[in-house]
Amino acid sequence: MGMRRGDRFLGAAMFVPALVYIAGLVGVPLVLAFLYSVGNVTVGSVGYKFVGLANFRSVLQNPAFRGALLHSFVFTVSAQLLVIVGANILAMALRNPFRGRGLVRFLTLLPWVAPISLGAIGWKWILDSIYSVVNWALVQVHLVKPFDTPMWLGEPTLAMLSVILVHAWRMMPFSTVILLAGLTAIPRDIPEAAAVDGAGFWRTHFEITLPMMRPVIAVALLFGIIFTFTDMTVVYILTRGGPYDSTHVLPSYAFFAGILGGSLAEGAAVSVFLVPILVLVAWAMLRVAHSSEVV
Amino acid sequence: MAIVETRNLTKVFKQGQLGAVNDISLLTREGEFMVFLGPSGSGKTTLLRMIAGLEEPTGGDVLIGGRVVTGLPPRERRIAMVFQSYALYPHLSVYKNIAFPLRAQKVPKEERRPKVEWAAGLLGIGELLERKPRELSGGERQRVALARAIVREPSVFLLDEPLSNLDAKLRASAREELTQFHKRIGTTTIYVTHDQVEAMAMGDRIVVLDKGVVRQVGSPREVYDDPADTFVATFLGSPPMNLVDHGEVLAGFRPEHLLPAVLVEGPAVALTARVTGVEYLGNERVLYAQIQDGRFAGKRLIGRLPSVYHVEIAEGESVRLAIPERNLRYFAKSDGRRVEPRSLAWE
Amino acid sequence: MTGRPGGPPGARGVRLPPGVLRWAIVLTFAVLLAFPFLWMGITSFKQTTDLYNTKNNPFLFNLPPTLDHLKLLFNETLFLRWLGNTALAGALVVMITLLLGLPAAYALARLTGRWGQRLGIGIFLTYLIPPTLLFIPMSRVVALLGLQDSLWSIILVYPTFTLPFSIWLLMAFFKSVPRELEDAAMVDGLTRLQAFVQLVIPISLSGILTVVIFSFTLVTQEFVYALTFISSAAHQTVSVGVPIYLVRGDVYYWGSLMAACLIASLPVAVLYNLFLDRFVAGFTVGAVK
Repeated sequence: MGMRRGDRFLGAAMFVPALVYIAGLVGVPLVLAFLYSVGNVTVGSVGYKFVGLANFRSVLQNPAFRGALLHSFVFTVSAQLLVIVGANILAMALRNPFRGRGLVRFLTLLPWVAPISLGAIGWKWILDSIYSVVNWALVQVHLVKPFDTPMWLGEPTLAMLSVILVHAWRMMPFSTVILLAGLTAIPRDIPEAAAVDGAGFWRTHFEITLPMMRPVIAVALLFGIIFTFTDMTVVYILTRGGPYDSTHVLPSYAFFAGILGGSLAEGAAVSVFLVPILVLVAWAMLRVAHSSEVV
Repeated sequence: MAIVETRNLTKVFKQGQLGAVNDISLLTREGEFMVFLGPSGSGKTTLLRMIAGLEEPTGGDVLIGGRVVTGLPPRERRIAMVFQSYALYPHLSVYKNIAFPLRAQKVPKEERRPKVEWAAGLLGIGELLERKPRELSGGERQRVALARAIVREPSVFLLDEPLSNLDAKLRASAREELTQFHKRIGTTTIYVTHDQVEAMAMGDRIVVLDKGVVRQVGSPREVYDDPADTFVATFLGSPPMNLVDHGEVLAGFRPEHLLPAVLVEGPAVALTARVTGVEYLGNERVLYAQIQDGRFAGKRLIGRLPSVYHVEIAEGESVRLAIPERNLRYFAKSDGRRVEPRSLAWE
Repeated sequence: MTGRPGGPPGARGVRLPPGVLRWAIVLTFAVLLAFPFLWMGITSFKQTTDLYNTKNNPFLFNLPPTLDHLKLLFNETLFLRWLGNTALAGALVVMITLLLGLPAAYALARLTGRWGQRLGIGIFLTYLIPPTLLFIPMSRVVALLGLQDSLWSIILVYPTFTLPFSIWLLMAFFKSVPRELEDAAMVDGLTRLQAFVQLVIPISLSGILTVVIFSFTLVTQEFVYALTFISSAAHQTVSVGVPIYLVRGDVYYWGSLMAACLIASLPVAVLYNLFLDRFVAGFTVGAVK
């Protein structure tokens, strides 16, 4: 391997600054997050008192919190389902070159690349209760009556649907790009062999192509889950958690309780509920990375 | 078992350019092992893929068993194909790989296992059924690909250079096994290769292709001993045929027919040349010689002398070489096509 | 490449020529995904009376287009200030990321042997610790350092998420540079550090550029930290400033708002699009052969 003692020292020296930085600015707040969740800290407070699980108990008794917990799961799962199916279809359509593919790629990438808050506020305008262009279109094709247009962000069910759709909209390009990479990694022979063997389109897709793409689908899914589950921007911008707390998710609720409400302890306790999912996803990712390649 | 026919089959990839396959009409015999032989770019693989239905012809028709299949997708042609890379489904076990075509054709579950076991048995891979492709050696993968092809009892087998991914050592034994396999099964087989040794060893007939055009169709003996043009003459046989420019025609003779004059009896052409190199290969010596004087001064020749002949040949020496008349072949200079033998002055 | 245009072999069951189906899919998705941006564009130039007249067809310019919203945006709001703040923060964060990340990635790629691999994975996993978990204690840390309501707070904190992914990407790039190059340089008399700076870095320039672009886009997109740490409009970034401060009371200035969104989104999109394949490589290393 040709590494000398001097190299090891150099390696450590080159690596340590980044390590210290990350350990300091990620590790310390992480520890603090746990400490706050079991302490009594507010924005103005100075001291620290250990209160055990009191914060968690009070938070769990709050129906708004329980709603936020539920919504986090519902939104993430629904959005990811839409994304995986949609990204699959789009990846297949984009697989072979065609005129204009570059432009299409650019257009389909926009939701992921634009800052989340700006995309969200764009949607807020599109879904505005009075001026929504979607509603105008629906009225034109006579699917809704002119004075009975859906209040996309004003009615709990519709608001939840809107949040899910915006999340799916944002994540679609990301997953498409990753799935496309996995799709193009399949050697051309394989679908041809399946065709010669007698498989039609659907059989080839479900029994050959998809299974071969399993690791890539896993990566897209896991990242998608993280990015959706831990996001507070979409909810904050679209609905501020309303109407009637029906669209709050864990991160947005933590923000409202911790920063706007001033109770850092409560906010920390809420955000700690993110950890089990993160650990699960991290473990799943390691499994995918370690499992042997599919060839 | 069916006859494969192509009628005026053409494939053009780019408008205005010469096609990859140009107006090829072929007819196989029932149960024969036909080889498409040619260098890369000769169109042999494109031709095979059109027969399989993986490429759509620009013109012409494909018929299998007398039925026009030109517009049909591969699965309606009752063919099986073995790809160069074998294209085994990596996530399925060997058993499931072989069973896949049966599932695709909706063969009832009870009938599948016996068929898979029959195919596996035929190829001697019965113990490998539970393994995954990545756990197998190259030779084993090839057999799985064959088993998967044969399990549907197709009427035609198509093979696209299936031996090129194997080590040289393995290739010879795999070749023999394939030939035996074909004898047992008797299905019409079309085999694509660029390796003329494979073609000669395995083929009942060889179709020699160059730049999308058929140069000759014939048995190994026919294409080797009676080549139709200079392309066939120089493509088959290694080292290639010596070609001497004799004015109006090219005169050709194979290295194994260029012998020291003392060994040649009967009507023959004699030449004097200086030996520029001798390679001792164990079973034979390869002679490199150059004609010094006369009409063909400067012409380099290659000869093959079996070691059983203990004639002294030393580098730098001038030797008298001879070619039996009956081994000379003549080709027109204009288009390389074979022409009538004639007597010519050589010295 | 099959002779048939478009569809995979075996798709012959579909009556339509396969190209049509693909175009339908592509068009649908392109419209659904890009429509909001088109809408931002149209809204930016429509006169207010036209915008708020529900009887009008919103797809048409019923009154002639106007530059008023743009003028308002640039002259009467802090939009330009926000763009400047974001650009400054982006530049500094990228510098910090490169300063800390380049040596770390090189060390992991070349110098640390077996547990280098593990450390690399560890670094990557920190990328999975979201700002929405850390922002509460982080706000305390920022306050303690006296950086609240200052651009410096986010300049300090943003590298926590640009570094892990950048190190991961750079590690992959450095690993693809053949070892022999540095070995040859060291035989010729350079120290390893010199070989790194004078040889490896110039060779990996395109990879480094990728990391720069990627980190910059991460900075422009971030929302939670900026919202939490910075309280006054003048110090904000575009990502928070536009949705929060282009509002007077309950009234949204949609024309200017949409213009701001479009202006802030497009350049980033163009840059990202150019370097797309590299990002994908970073995310899928190990999952795709």
